[in-house]
Amino acid sequence: MPPFVYIFLGALAVVSALGVVVQRNPIHSLLALIGTLMTVAILFIAEDAVVVGFLQIIVYAGAIMVLFLFVIWLLNLQVETGPTGHLVLKFFGSLGAALLVAELFSILARPHLQVKFTRQPAGYGSLASLAGKLFTDYLVAFEVTSVLLLAAVVGSVALARKLPGTDDPRAARDVAS
Amino acid sequence: MIPLTYMMSLSAIIFAIGVAGVIIRRNILVMFMSIELMLNAVNLAFIALGSRLGSMDGQVIVFFVMTVAAAEAAVGLGIIISIFRNRETVHADDLTLMRW
Repeated sequence: MPPFVYIFLGALAVVSALGVVVQRNPIHSLLALIGTLMTVAILFIAEDAVVVGFLQIIVYAGAIMVLFLFVIWLLNLQVETGPTGHLVLKFFGSLGAALLVAELFSILARPHLQVKFTRQPAGYGSLASLAGKLFTDYLVAFEVTSVLLLAAVVGSVALARKLPGTDDPRAARDVAS
Repeated sequence: MIPLTYMMSLSAIIFAIGVAGVIIRRNILVMFMSIELMLNAVNLAFIALGSRLGSMDGQVIVFFVMTVAAAEAAVGLGIIISIFRNRETVHADDLTLMRW
């Protein structure tokens, strides 16, 4: 890809990332986040990580973002009312983020952190090479991940469940009104 | 191939935007989205470095980060629904039970 495509994609990613923070409406934040995720996925594919790029679109932009959307709709949060934060907080938050960027840049610019480039082996980024690594060197981590996902499923169901005996304030108010 | 500095700078900027989002925004859902933003910035750094080192380890770690993000989203949104059901708010400033 020519360099200006990278510049364009990078600018798009940064602008939509800013949109996540700046938008007042959570739905708009979510749409901006999906834009960032898509742009980052294209950058993944451009960096020879084709499988991971497509997984990013399917898993992140497809599944996780729809989960966010359902929660926003379920809680009826389409319109955000009230102030989004104090002015002092905004000022110091932005200042802190700018300082963080400066710090990361100064670390990245140090000469002894330069990477020794290595030629990519044949089939780099293909499904076969990813799976080969995943099911040999990282087999234990992969299996532990399945336990983690199971725990997450059970935990989220247990958290979002309505406990018997605890009175729901919304249900009580509905009865009262 | 585009210079490594460009990709790492992009990753640093997106990460800092995510940090700013967690600090500035008081809506728990948007704070959560900012955390996803930070995870993605780190993924970008992993992919860029891995592709230049000719190693697949970066991509495998990105795969794991995505799995952990999915688990985190499920549990976190469950917590948000639970908070909303009990307190009818998604603003972090309204949750002051354990503050003195």
